[in-house]
Amino acid sequence: MSVLTSPSPATVPSVHAAGAPLPVDILRFNTCGSVDDGKSTLIGRLLYDSKSLMEDQLEALERSADLTGGGAINLANLTDGLRAEREQGITIDVAYRYFATPRRKFIIADTPGHVQYTRNMVTGASNANVSIILVDARLGVIEQSRRHTAIAALLRIPHLVVAVNKMDLVGWSEARFNEIREQFEAFLPRLDIKDVKFIPISALNGDNVVTPSVHTPWYPGPTLLGHLEGVHIGSDWNLNGFRLPVQWVNRPNNPTDAQLHDFRGCSGQIAGGIVRAGQKVLVLPTGIVTTVKEIWTYDGRVPEAFCPQSVTLVLADDIDAGRGSMIVGLDNPAGTGTDLHAKVCWMHSRPLERGKKYFLKHTTSTVQAVVTELVHRLNIETLDPEPAPAALTMNDLGEIRLRVSQPLYYDGYAVNRLTGSFILIEQGTNATVAAGMLLPSHEVVKPESGDFMI
Amino acid sequence: MTSYHLDHLQHLETEAIHIMREVAGEFERPALLFSGGKDSICLLRLAEKAFRPSDIPLPFLNVETGHEFPELIEFRDRRAKQLGARLIVRTVDQAIANGTATPGPGEVSRNKLQIPVLLSAIEEFRFDCAIGGARRDEEKARAKERFFSFRDSFGQWDPKNQRPEIWNLYNGRLNPGDNMRVFPLSNWTEMDVWEYIRQEELEVPRIYFSHTRECFRRGGQWLPVPPPHPDPTKADPYAGARPKPTEPRKTMVCRVRTIADMISTGMVESPASTVDDIIGEVAAARVTERGSRADDKASEAAMEDRKKVGYF
Repeated sequence: MSVLTSPSPATVPSVHAAGAPLPVDILRFNTCGSVDDGKSTLIGRLLYDSKSLMEDQLEALERSADLTGGGAINLANLTDGLRAEREQGITIDVAYRYFATPRRKFIIADTPGHVQYTRNMVTGASNANVSIILVDARLGVIEQSRRHTAIAALLRIPHLVVAVNKMDLVGWSEARFNEIREQFEAFLPRLDIKDVKFIPISALNGDNVVTPSVHTPWYPGPTLLGHLEGVHIGSDWNLNGFRLPVQWVNRPNNPTDAQLHDFRGCSGQIAGGIVRAGQKVLVLPTGIVTTVKEIWTYDGRVPEAFCPQSVTLVLADDIDAGRGSMIVGLDNPAGTGTDLHAKVCWMHSRPLERGKKYFLKHTTSTVQAVVTELVHRLNIETLDPEPAPAALTMNDLGEIRLRVSQPLYYDGYAVNRLTGSFILIEQGTNATVAAGMLLPSHEVVKPESGDFMI
Repeated sequence: MTSYHLDHLQHLETEAIHIMREVAGEFERPALLFSGGKDSICLLRLAEKAFRPSDIPLPFLNVETGHEFPELIEFRDRRAKQLGARLIVRTVDQAIANGTATPGPGEVSRNKLQIPVLLSAIEEFRFDCAIGGARRDEEKARAKERFFSFRDSFGQWDPKNQRPEIWNLYNGRLNPGDNMRVFPLSNWTEMDVWEYIRQEELEVPRIYFSHTRECFRRGGQWLPVPPPHPDPTKADPYAGARPKPTEPRKTMVCRVRTIADMISTGMVESPASTVDDIIGEVAAARVTERGSRADDKASEAAMEDRKKVGYF
């Protein structure tokens, strides 16, 4: 018979301060490399050496060691989660891993190197603070390395790490390491990447991953984990121009509190800048200037809020604003227009067609879009733009012009990732076919009736 | 600039609120899967944060296996009532009775049988989206989930053909019959969940805290001894899940780390009686949370196989 003699009351026991201090922030990174560059092994090594693996995971590794590894533990089995992957020995989709050290929490997007899965790298890298490009020391820079680096540059990942792996197989040669660094440095300037760190490692043996290697006395830098713990990510968010794409209108139906009878709030996640109660804002597309009466949150009203907080704004005037509207500050006005110029990564097996209609989702608004011009396609080998391509096919990076059915309110992607990005959705199948990064508009928003114009 | 800095819980919170509001904005008939477990408790607080002072614009849905811990059901009902939400409960028992679900010969666990029940509830209420509390750190197949996980009209997940998710732009477009599962806690770890419960002072069912319970040993785990069979004229709902004479029994001081139902939840020996104690345990844990779940131990790919046919 089941006996439940719980001493606990039916409520949560009182909450006291914790023992260990909370990690202060989250660093997101992604790993990219070709098949057999050792990505999964590297992640396995990071988890293993940072003691982020649990006993049952180790047991599962040992079980599969007998099946696939001839008895040796294969760290790659930790991340190659799906049966199809284990059978084919490839990573077929983005997998996310989590671990924490006393200094940081980490979210890893393990993105595959297969050429046909570049779309997954874009997925995994789009929110990353750091991209780790893995290079096989024996092979040096190959097309995949350029592609991954070009994508990281296109997505404007703030920090890049080139992990030169399998250094044990080139005799820990400093000359070989420098040679690979030079191969990278030959094309990096063309990609506008500011912070690049080169680290010689052996993921298989653990050298310079978590613990410093005895084989690289010539390398004075940090281990990979040391670098990830220390890299300054500061605020990746734009705090300069206030932007609130309205997600949802908050209007209580049956408020028990009489004060809430007339409550009407615009809920959304701040996509840029800082907002303060009492501040004047411009509501788009109506073009009306009003005042922020209250910044409402579940935890109470706040005097100010910033990107990327989720808030509900109560405006002084009853203005038509709904999902897809954008509330912006009066300084740093947003760009606008129906003719857009963008860099794209094409992510679908059906090529980009000029003249075909797509849905374009930008912040919280979805409009129709037609591609009017294929400006160029980026040659990954030479990193040269090839003007006026006939099509953009799966995994192509390029530049296009589009016309949309309603004006967008946006920023250049270089200024604001959240208001400068969009996806294209194929009509009918609803497949996400492209990731787009907007170039700045020539036209900026202005109030309906006002002196505010540039 | 330190004042414009979010710590990790604030960061995870704003990400999840954004996703909740995207669901409210993009779907006609969304529901929220609420079991009373710790992850879905966090979901409810996030829903409050996303939608208050309005009502939470989603009914709660729960699929009962019929083997639930009574404390969990009591908590679930009470919490839904406190929040003024509509709670829809569908049970495996009903589904077996009306033929929607058929247990395999000798199949004791009803974990798999939840799949047809969930799918038929989605059909019955024409839900186009179900928010769930699954986390990517739970299991290898879950690690590959998107925030917005597209399911076809059979409820199937196709891991090789997922929609790319870029920045915070989620593609929620569906054709008739299609369905979306949305997981706002995707980036949360077990530790984050408990830290959030502590920060928000959320009530959790008391079976998460240490208590004395009679258990028996099966499959390398301590399973709770099911409640006595009340009516011998009817079939025992726990047939097959009762200790055999050969299986060792022990009255132990224990708690649950993760809750499935009574017959697939391993009890862990633990003196943890406060949220702080639990956080201390999670920090020192040497096995994963799902290490105590019998349903995941069926095979290496147990979760992958269940998700492909519509498991949440």
